[in-house]
Amino acid sequence: MTAGASSWSFREEDAQRLQAILGRFLHDASARTALIVDRTGQLVATVGEAPVFDPTAFASLTAADFSANDQLARMLGEPEFGALFHQGERESMYLADIARRVILVVLFDTRTTLGLVKLRVKQAVGELNLLFTAMFDRDGAGRGPAMESEFLGEAEDEIDKLFGA
Amino acid sequence: MSMINYASREINCKLVYYGPGLGGKTTNLEHVYNKVAPTSRGKMISLATETERTLFFDFLPVDLGSVRGFKVKFHLYTVPGQVYYNASRKLILKGVDGVVFVADSQIDRMDANIEAMQNLYENMAQYGYDMTRVPFAVQYNKRDLPNAAPIPELQAALNPGWAVTDPSRQRLTPDPQHEGEYLVSQQDGQWVERAPYFEAVALTGEGVFDTLRAISKTVVKSLG
Repeated sequence: MTAGASSWSFREEDAQRLQAILGRFLHDASARTALIVDRTGQLVATVGEAPVFDPTAFASLTAADFSANDQLARMLGEPEFGALFHQGERESMYLADIARRVILVVLFDTRTTLGLVKLRVKQAVGELNLLFTAMFDRDGAGRGPAMESEFLGEAEDEIDKLFGA
Repeated sequence: MSMINYASREINCKLVYYGPGLGGKTTNLEHVYNKVAPTSRGKMISLATETERTLFFDFLPVDLGSVRGFKVKFHLYTVPGQVYYNASRKLILKGVDGVVFVADSQIDRMDANIEAMQNLYENMAQYGYDMTRVPFAVQYNKRDLPNAAPIPELQAALNPGWAVTDPSRQRLTPDPQHEGEYLVSQQDGQWVERAPYFEAVALTGEGVFDTLRAISKTVVKSLG
């Protein structure tokens, strides 16, 4: 048993590779924005047009949506729903599982079709699976900034300021 | 912790408020939402039923600001307290960095408190978490009510402590919140550790920030 969730880190070079994979996908699929959301509800990265909504709230709802559907799949005897699709009048979203740890969210509008998004997303999902699996296989999050005593001291001061000493 | 984002230089910590139905978990978050500067917090999201019972979760992001080049954020979640919502309750614990158990102090809610505490231990164990190592605090809410049980009774039922096997931790550790009390002490010849506890009246905000401050500091210490 562990003290917490297993750690991982998302580094600058990961962001660059992600940008390359998803930038190409967005172009090929004529989709607007791609977001990567951790299954715990954290936003990891955004590629493409900057979203107009609150991305933090969006990430927490996405993770909850995906987790709830995961449970529904199990009730139906499926190991998982690997992908979900929510259709709106103008805006739609397509969600796909990546390496069982993060979720790819694709936002698109009437400039493209679900068929094209699904066709193009396959390759991107394959590449992202490899990228994230390698990331998770690395040694934890490494030496985090919290290991420095200065970080801890400053963080405690900020906590006192924000939550009243 | 779940992730350090070096690309966006962000650290997000997930705090979950757990406990029996109608115990005051959502009220804790509402008080934080109302008191923290609007520039330091995001939108509060509540997935609730028509009767305002939490159906899935409440969510409130709070921004600690920049600490040595990293943006530190706390994501506060509540779970639905009602027994029959266990499926959605368990999902919210995924990736949790710290837990606050909000107990209802009323004597007639003792069984509900105990059931919720057992449920927390079970759900955490299923995710592979060791509750004796996860940052954890207990809040005894509704202290203002006439039928509130005495603290020693609540402590004995909900926070009796766990055995300390690590010799380096087997030393008398005072409870900074309560003079003359200890977080680690010897009971019947055995070293025992209890989670820190806080008394609260979440409706008026009493004890809400004391609890949040303590759990946030423990979580920050556990990072890295």
